Amino acid sequence: MSAMSEIILTIDDKEVKVTAGMTVLQAAQQAGIYIPTLCHHEKLEAFGGCRLCIVEVESRGWTSYVVSCLYPVAKDIVVRTRSEKVDKIRKVIVEELMAHAPDAPELVRLAEEYGADRERFERKESFCIVCGLCVRYCDEVKHLNAVGFIDNGAKREISFIPEVAKNVCWECQECFALCPTSYAQAAYLLTEALAFPGQRKELSPPAKAPESGRRVIPIMPVAATR
Amino acid sequence: MTKLQSVAELEKFRAEILFRRDPAKPCIAVCAGAACDGMDSAAVAAAFLAEVARQTLGDKLEVRTTGCHGYCEKGPNVVVTPGEICYFEVQPTDVAEVIAATLKGEVVDRLVYKDPNTGAKAVHMNEVPFYKHQMRLLMGDNPKIDPMLIDDYLAVGGYAALVKALTEMTPQQVLDEVKKANLRGRGGGGFPAGSKWETTRNAPEKTKYVIVNGHEGESAAFMDRAMLTGNPHKVLEGLIIGAYAIGAQRGFMYTRHDMPLLEKHVRNALAQAKEYGLLGENILGSGFDFECELHFDVGIFVSGESSALMRSIEGNPPEPRPKYIRTSVSGIWDKPSNLNNVETWANVPQIISKGAEWFTSIGTEKSKGTKLISLSGNVVNSGIVEVPMGTPLRTLAFDIGGGVRDGKTLKAIHFGGAMGGSIPTDLIDAPLDFDGMSKLGAPIGAGGLLLMDEDTDMIEVARYLLDFLVNESCGKCAPCREGMPQMLHILTNMTQGKGKAGDLERLEDLAEVTGLGSLCALGKTSADPLKSMFRYFKPEYEARIVNIAGGSGTK
Repeated sequence: MSAMSEIILTIDDKEVKVTAGMTVLQAAQQAGIYIPTLCHHEKLEAFGGCRLCIVEVESRGWTSYVVSCLYPVAKDIVVRTRSEKVDKIRKVIVEELMAHAPDAPELVRLAEEYGADRERFERKESFCIVCGLCVRYCDEVKHLNAVGFIDNGAKREISFIPEVAKNVCWECQECFALCPTSYAQAAYLLTEALAFPGQRKELSPPAKAPESGRRVIPIMPVAATR
Repeated sequence: MTKLQSVAELEKFRAEILFRRDPAKPCIAVCAGAACDGMDSAAVAAAFLAEVARQTLGDKLEVRTTGCHGYCEKGPNVVVTPGEICYFEVQPTDVAEVIAATLKGEVVDRLVYKDPNTGAKAVHMNEVPFYKHQMRLLMGDNPKIDPMLIDDYLAVGGYAALVKALTEMTPQQVLDEVKKANLRGRGGGGFPAGSKWETTRNAPEKTKYVIVNGHEGESAAFMDRAMLTGNPHKVLEGLIIGAYAIGAQRGFMYTRHDMPLLEKHVRNALAQAKEYGLLGENILGSGFDFECELHFDVGIFVSGESSALMRSIEGNPPEPRPKYIRTSVSGIWDKPSNLNNVETWANVPQIISKGAEWFTSIGTEKSKGTKLISLSGNVVNSGIVEVPMGTPLRTLAFDIGGGVRDGKTLKAIHFGGAMGGSIPTDLIDAPLDFDGMSKLGAPIGAGGLLLMDEDTDMIEVARYLLDFLVNESCGKCAPCREGMPQMLHILTNMTQGKGKAGDLERLEDLAEVTGLGSLCALGKTSADPLKSMFRYFKPEYEARIVNIAGGSGTK
């Protein structure tokens, strides 16, 4: 690292020395400062969808609210990871997401932290919170694109593409564990049941011990993990 | 047509066009704008052409199909030159009479404007109340141009600004002129176009793009399509001049997929400009190369958001990205990309022709030039209006708009569509100004102005606008995707007499968080109408909550 690319900024009253090109979230993580995230994953391109990592940034006298997973570090900016406004934004977002998945462990934990009321808004039928982890992981890491986004706005949802999912999903299942609400797994099983029951492609049985086989995530209701 | 190789060839060609045209020869201009077209102005134009052919009047009279004249309320519109005699609500059966009168230098009395109150008549355009308070710098040429004919545009001095820029000015001088003119973006943000151009020009990447945003998805806005459909070359000329100043080699016109006439005119304009050598390699022998292609939106409002639009041009879904690095530095395929809307580009030629000093003499201290306004709602005269910045809203609503329909009183004025705001009648003397209107909570946006009468239910207005937006969001970020439907749900309940305790607090929290937390301008401003209602019409909202003292829960 050359001295040229070194940037000093302030995060929660702490001076942090980082490399240019990093995001505020990375800088905070490096300094051991916690910022909540839902749609972030270190193997994936920053998405900026859940907005929970929002922070207050003061730069040249201006205060703005930016998502730390995308905001690039800059010289002399002052970052506050908690403030009345930041906490309120996180609280309301958690409340909005809990309208979908009131029992999802991560949301329950965040609700405690930010005082969110899980009953505050109208309950929604789907327990997907559209963080896109499954879609992006399948695309960026697995290059399989077995699951994608469909529709837009409030109607946006994830959807397994039967023709692809039939051949690859049962062997992989990696997105199931990433999903904060277990919806990915449910959506896959529903797709399988409706579109290709009994036709999923499984690994050919291992030559030796059967117990050395697949990684299958046990199917367990989310509420039970609380 | 052979390609024009030099400025001299263009000017010679222009002189030939003008020589062939007799300014004294009467011309009947039939409006084919969207509203008139809807009232079958095509049948009127066809009737004129048929009658001229029947009487073999081709050498005495010209018939021209043109873009939008502006006075949509009274279409089909016909304007006869010389004299700019305005005929309204013209039907095919009126055609013979208009032709006979025109040939005799007379006026068909029964088709001219009559004041609904006094009965006073107005014959010429500059006497008609709807037009006489306007300053039609951008729209004024529409009745003189068949949008399919580049020669019509050349005949009114078209592409002279491009000639001036290419021959008398360096790119830097063009940029300086636009900066000096303080031309601010007409698409909604009001950001200074010159500064944006400069950012793209100074970005290190050599490949640069310029884009016309002609998406115009804002509800109650319909002036950009009138501009682009009615005078495509004016917008294109502005774009080419901008590309020259910025150093861009390629441009995109991004516009609506659902307007066949618009598509036809823009396609034709691009092909003609190319044929004449105004697009392509070595434009008019200047050494400047520029190509432009047409792209269509994908049907949702958010695809008009600049970063989403650029994703769409790349062939990706129209999802906005955060602009912590501006699109003017890293846009289409990560190249510096300067985007302005239709009206902004249309202002460029006149700034270059007449200079920044002239331009800045029009308007207010910080909002210069004219503004196109789409006037609709409970207004007597709906249509497309162009007024100098600084014009009081009262002039727009009453002198031009003719006031509220059916003798009712005005309750509120709404600016800026689903991302704008409503202000009460007592603010009607506010001047049209980017910053002033923003401070009042009713930002001009792209320029859609709605008059709302005494019977308007302000909860229903907010509900209606959100109902529009929830379907136009991309759904990528949580506050926009989740916040808007929750607000819509509460507002819907309130309009049905089911407002309950806590609803107003819920709405306020949702509005604040959607505004602060959303990724792009669509989400950030989606609650602006609601915020303006809370500012000016809160008692009306409170009255809808059951169990609040005095509130009945119903209307």
